[in-house]
Amino acid sequence: MSKVTGRAVYADDMALPRMLHCKVLRSPHPHARIASIDTSAARRMPGVHAVITGADLPVKFGILPVTQDERALEHEKVRYVGDPIAAVAAIDEETAAAACDAIAVEYEVLEPVMSIDDALAPPADEPIQDYGGPHNIHKLVALEFGDVDAGFARADHVREDVFFFQGNTHLPMEQHSAVANYTDGRVTLWSSTQVVHYVHRALSKVLELPMSRIRVVGAAHGGGFGGKTDPFAHEIIVCKLAMLTGRPVKCTLTREEVFYAHRGRHPVLMWVRTGVDRDGRITAMHFRSALDGGAYGSYGVASTFYTGALQPVTYDIPAYRFEGCRVFTNKPPCGPKRGHGTPQPRFAVELQLEKIALHLGLDPAELKRRNFVKPMTRTVNWLRVTSCGLDECAVRVIEASGYGRRETRAGHGMGFAISSYLSGAGTAIYWNEMPHSEVQLKVDRGGVTAYCGAMDIGQGSDSVLATIVAEELGLQPSEIRLVTADTDTTPIDLGSYSSRVTFMAGNAAIEAARKMRTMIVEAAARKMGCEPTAVAVGGGRIGDFSFEEASILAEARFGTLTSSGSYTPPKLAGPYKGSGVGPSPAYSYSACVVDLDADARTGLVHVNKIWLAHDVGRAINRALVEGQIEGSVYMGLGEALMEEQAFRKGLHKWPSMLDYKSPTFLDMPDVETFIVETIDLEGPYGAKEAGQGPLLPVPPAVCSAVHDALGVWIDEVPVTPEKIVEALRRKAKGEPPRFGPNAFPQIPYPPVIKVEPPPKSLAVEVG
Amino acid sequence: MKGEMARDVERVVISLDVNGERSPLLVPVHKTLLEVLREDLMLTGTKHGCELGECGTCTVLIDGQPQLSCLVLPVQIEGRSITTVEGLARGAELHPLQHAFAEVGAAQCGYCTPGILLAAKALLETERRPSRHAIKEALAGNLCRCTGYAKILDAVELAAERMSG
Repeated sequence: MSKVTGRAVYADDMALPRMLHCKVLRSPHPHARIASIDTSAARRMPGVHAVITGADLPVKFGILPVTQDERALEHEKVRYVGDPIAAVAAIDEETAAAACDAIAVEYEVLEPVMSIDDALAPPADEPIQDYGGPHNIHKLVALEFGDVDAGFARADHVREDVFFFQGNTHLPMEQHSAVANYTDGRVTLWSSTQVVHYVHRALSKVLELPMSRIRVVGAAHGGGFGGKTDPFAHEIIVCKLAMLTGRPVKCTLTREEVFYAHRGRHPVLMWVRTGVDRDGRITAMHFRSALDGGAYGSYGVASTFYTGALQPVTYDIPAYRFEGCRVFTNKPPCGPKRGHGTPQPRFAVELQLEKIALHLGLDPAELKRRNFVKPMTRTVNWLRVTSCGLDECAVRVIEASGYGRRETRAGHGMGFAISSYLSGAGTAIYWNEMPHSEVQLKVDRGGVTAYCGAMDIGQGSDSVLATIVAEELGLQPSEIRLVTADTDTTPIDLGSYSSRVTFMAGNAAIEAARKMRTMIVEAAARKMGCEPTAVAVGGGRIGDFSFEEASILAEARFGTLTSSGSYTPPKLAGPYKGSGVGPSPAYSYSACVVDLDADARTGLVHVNKIWLAHDVGRAINRALVEGQIEGSVYMGLGEALMEEQAFRKGLHKWPSMLDYKSPTFLDMPDVETFIVETIDLEGPYGAKEAGQGPLLPVPPAVCSAVHDALGVWIDEVPVTPEKIVEALRRKAKGEPPRFGPNAFPQIPYPPVIKVEPPPKSLAVEVG
Repeated sequence: MKGEMARDVERVVISLDVNGERSPLLVPVHKTLLEVLREDLMLTGTKHGCELGECGTCTVLIDGQPQLSCLVLPVQIEGRSITTVEGLARGAELHPLQHAFAEVGAAQCGYCTPGILLAAKALLETERRPSRHAIKEALAGNLCRCTGYAKILDAVELAAERMSG
């Protein structure tokens, strides 16, 4: 409710007494060594309270333990335009900005590396990072499951294609913002973050303070989509400045800075080779990816594995080879955006199967359906598929849209695609044996408070938690008080990303609430003189008593009423290096049909309608699930048609909300959603994720529909009018009717690690 | 000694009428209405998305017309009536648009919501039962990254129905 009254307090809404404002000086060069930094003039300016540089914060950090390659302020070398160099705390933003202008930095400019091809070649000056290699290669992966060569040998048709998925950014409406305070030797940070725990860890490391002396609180959150999942320089900087000045310090990024902070969708070049038999059944797949990672590691190692992990979770691929490569370039670092590393391969695989189907004279949807994975199976790369409503999703959208009997008319097209996504990663970012989510409950004279580290970033996790606790205790969700995302008062939760909160915090909440319910029911039963099983719970009553009366009986009997629950995913990783990326306790499934008109003269695409069916396991709150589906479709459509994070000489081409195109009210077609319920064995009440999976099928469905309309393939996103017109021009000249990358570069992948596939059926293990 | 006055800037005395309350203020002449609302009047319900007039997030009503507060200087609008999201409710009673937004789940992260509520209020004051397309046109200058817009349209339609019913 506070979100419709303007009373929700986002980080930038905070104003503490004596608060100072921080501005960060950032690199104007994409690649340079720093020869000197002179802050003396800035320090002398009236109103300036502190100026810091990398010498004040030398400890490196990074989200993944294997890539601790960032500094809050860099004093040796800058690696992208926007890399932070110095920071000022002053009495207002303008003074802080003026002081940043007064800092003199001498650079030795280095040749920037701006593309995947550049990064694979020997650097003109020096590599961007001091690890990885050869040249600017960050990470190489090569895995093979089953006998791929034999699979291709028995194929009746083998096809190779190259695809490109352009990078794009989260564009949250709220710019990142953080406020720090330092009192009694303790730091408190309020931040617009998706994961208070990861920020907590990074602060402890860089500030060299024990975690017990740092408190991180998630402020009301103005949109994440993965973009606020890393710990950020400005979060560390304001803490340091608060410690130095003894005053609260706030830093809010400008919109331009948000574009450079990025951590968004990796641009990925992909080469796919797929073999099928004459019925269109896949016999083998070989998938290569090259990710343009930007200047730092971020989540990139995980992103690289994700470009290869989920292909066998949607299609039954009996033999599968994956070779992945991430390179460093002098651009803002890429990281996780909604669908993390999987929309790109989804795009490539869906389009290639479409082309194979047309070659074989099969209906594309029919060919895909023949290859769908089945519930209760294990994939060739050891991922456990339990509940799976993929076929039902496909049937729902095909029937509702009339895809199978669509009219063939020039300029009108329909496209079909499917997807899957994780309900939370099965392994943690950093290795540990602790639960991934914990919930504590306190009941005091009828008042119920649930404590959980999860951050509501707009997806409605608070509502889901309240609903679950209320359900177990026979109350209404509005009766549950929530304390969330505060490292001082709430137990651990690994944060709002990876579509994990409903599944993991939800399961933890069920456990905590059931323990609480047991105590209260037992106390009521004793007073009633009956067995606990005879006590009815519901409608605000526990047996003969109101919830408040029963809670007082229980407190008299057991003392302070607290309970806790936690969730640790089952150990699901397969027996090979890199198997930690991909496993999830449950996968969601989606299917999508796009209907559009495309103008052959102008290349303009008008999307008429999108149908999307999503297997969410069980919808705990239907409105929230619909909201996640609609929002995902919207974001997928933006990526398909217009969103593009692109650079010219190290500078973002369009770092503003006007120039970075995103769909408006007028661009959004009607979206008809279908919620498919498969009641997952391990999800809370059978629920799975809904926040990411429905984005994934939209870009390939759009491209297929464009082909259906105009007979040209646009093998890269975004599908802009220029590309369509160019593809039509080529078609008219008798050239291949497509626009997209022509070749995949030579990459020094290591020899593949061969992994024996697991038994396919899960029946013995789970059934 | 650290001087607390940073630099000499020209300040003006102005009086702003916001949500029916008149407030005299001494503000730097170049400060935008958005900044004055948030920083001087502590009306932080009005959000900033771009500060360049591109996203609609900071929309407020000036004499009933939706305006981007990041592009307005207070000196331009002295004596005119400003409505922010804090002025939508009557006491503790929410505006029908606020009820509808909360009810149908039109606010996910909620950051664009104040601006959209005000743009929608202006629309419903000129058109009691706008078509879905008319709502889209009226709100086309307001970006939202969470909802895909569908639930916002539903909420405006629901509020319109209730307000005219």
